[in-house]
Amino acid sequence: MKLMWFHLMPYTRLPEDFRERHNSVWVDLDRRLFDPAFAHQLYNEFMDELEYAAALGFDAICVNEHHSNGYGLMPSPNLIAAALARRTSEAAICVLGNSLALYNPPTRVAEEMAMIDCISGGRLIAGFPVGTPMDTCYAYGQNPSQLRARYLEAHDLVLEAWTRSETFAFNGRFNQQRYVNIWPQPLQRPHPPIWIPGGGSVETWQWCAARDYVYCYLSYFGYKAGRETMMGFWREMERLGKDRNPYRAGFLQFVGVAESREEAMRLYKEPAEYFYGRCLHVDPRYANPPGYNSEATQRAKITSQVSLAAQRSATMTGGATWDEILAKGFVIIGSPDEVAEQLRTVATDLNVGHLMLLLQFGNMSRDLAGYNSRLFAERVLPQLRGLFDDAWQDRWWPTPLPKAARAVPQPVDAREAAE
Amino acid sequence: MSAPAERSVSVNGVPCRIWEKGQGSPVFYLAGIAGLPRWTPFLDRLAERHRVVVPSIPGFPGAAGHDRLDQPLDWVAAVLDLLEGAGLAGGDLIGASVGGTLAAEAAAMAPGLVRRLMLIAPFGLYDKASPPADPWAQKPGTLPALLSARPETYAAFVAPPEGSDVGEWSIAATRAGEAAARLLWPLGDTRLERRLHRIRCPTLILWGAEDKVLRPSYAERFAAGIAGKSTLRLIPDAGHLADLDAPGAAAEAVFEALD
Repeated sequence: MKLMWFHLMPYTRLPEDFRERHNSVWVDLDRRLFDPAFAHQLYNEFMDELEYAAALGFDAICVNEHHSNGYGLMPSPNLIAAALARRTSEAAICVLGNSLALYNPPTRVAEEMAMIDCISGGRLIAGFPVGTPMDTCYAYGQNPSQLRARYLEAHDLVLEAWTRSETFAFNGRFNQQRYVNIWPQPLQRPHPPIWIPGGGSVETWQWCAARDYVYCYLSYFGYKAGRETMMGFWREMERLGKDRNPYRAGFLQFVGVAESREEAMRLYKEPAEYFYGRCLHVDPRYANPPGYNSEATQRAKITSQVSLAAQRSATMTGGATWDEILAKGFVIIGSPDEVAEQLRTVATDLNVGHLMLLLQFGNMSRDLAGYNSRLFAERVLPQLRGLFDDAWQDRWWPTPLPKAARAVPQPVDAREAAE
Repeated sequence: MSAPAERSVSVNGVPCRIWEKGQGSPVFYLAGIAGLPRWTPFLDRLAERHRVVVPSIPGFPGAAGHDRLDQPLDWVAAVLDLLEGAGLAGGDLIGASVGGTLAAEAAAMAPGLVRRLMLIAPFGLYDKASPPADPWAQKPGTLPALLSARPETYAAFVAPPEGSDVGEWSIAATRAGEAAARLLWPLGDTRLERRLHRIRCPTLILWGAEDKVLRPSYAERFAAGIAGKSTLRLIPDAGHLADLDAPGAAAEAVFEALD
């Protein structure tokens, strides 16, 4: 079982009346709400938290990509990952974006991820989401009708750039590059593990199976809502003759740990309500550009979670209530033992070996995020760590350089060279 | 309304529906942003005096194949194939909205193909002071009032016929939206303006005075760019889909240009 610490990097000062006064947390979010001096503090606090999580012994620290988004301040997760690569030494660095179709040429993604892999000594997990409609079609102006074809082609280009041994020409439908030859190349061979965060489309599952990639369902709505999707995933794996190795899958869960459930109720109500109220206030105008969902997905009547959030936004005057957040398992809270027991159920029920934990969410302070993370690391994580490992091997985890071969960041002493 | 006759022509190996009705000199019509989920009163009015030939553009109702058209040139070539295959050879051509964009492109790139051109609120130009409204970023239920001055007429135009498969009807409607988006997303300058001078035939430019997608100021820019003699007509009480909103007035304007 891998326990991974995930940061969305939410802006924590959306006003209390955000839902009433503002149109959307995404795409046309009010620019006047952004304070760069505050963001300076925030980025540094968030990176402190990620570094702390690595120091606490979480298996990985995770970042992702969003654009024009008030709950995700990482248009470029690679920048954060590069900084984390220097300040951590053991944790895997899981970059669950880059949205491949957004980069021209996509070779840039191959290069930057190769850089992170080299800097970190081979600790990178390379995530390739298609990206939400808000991020890709609206904030980045990509054509919804071409997005998936561009994504798949960009994936092929990145993979070739990582694995081919000579300079090559790429003659794609959307990308043509006469000379592809990336320097640096990734440290992990043949390439860093590839994980695919996606909605619930059958095509994505089939693609992950065919390529032997990890499928991640990043649900904001907890394991109860995610169950149907994960069951569908495993049914499809079975149909395709794949084993039930839980490490084929990743799942995201919000968690709040305290000494007691009462204490957890007191501590995590506000940040949870902040996230489900203000952060998921998405204008439904941006949820369904024509062509974003394939006709097969439309026929299967699969609705993406951003689309669900947008529908909720359109039909509800307030966000989800604390009662609903708890009852539906959006956030799992309780004492360390209670949380461990619930997460064991989530992991075994959904059969996921990679559990991504949001232990900072909404406007949670650094202190509380630290407390939540420490309690989790010390008293929940040990109860879960061995799960699945008697029966299954994680073939999708980074293979870093041996410790002795890894560089240790150290200050330059200018006098030494002259001596 | 009696049903039109139906045949098809192949574009890039994919069949595209051709509807046809009426007698007289032929007039061709390329439909607007939703395509033609059904025949319209405007086309019926035209069919009283002309043989009306209505080819479906790839991706719009009656025609697939939009997914292989990646670049503007692919679209122009496909529409030229479509129009030639439907029998337009130096005849008269009407294009509305998205169909107007492609009609203008066809007339510019193959000037011998079109004798007289009639454009109803085509996309393709970009006015920084008044950018096109975004039909692909609408709150649920607001699209009809954006596209039409008579939202209930538009709603009836795109509603599934009784007894039809509602799911498939909705997928076809989304596909039409996708095809339009594939050609025009994100509604910037398509460079059509640089090619307007190649339109040398007499051109009628029709615009709904209440067009909320493309303000009528765009009509003047089309008129200014086109090399042929251009006539500009605003249709009162009509929105972006002017021929749907005001079939009588739109047909009269076409008759004036043709007869």
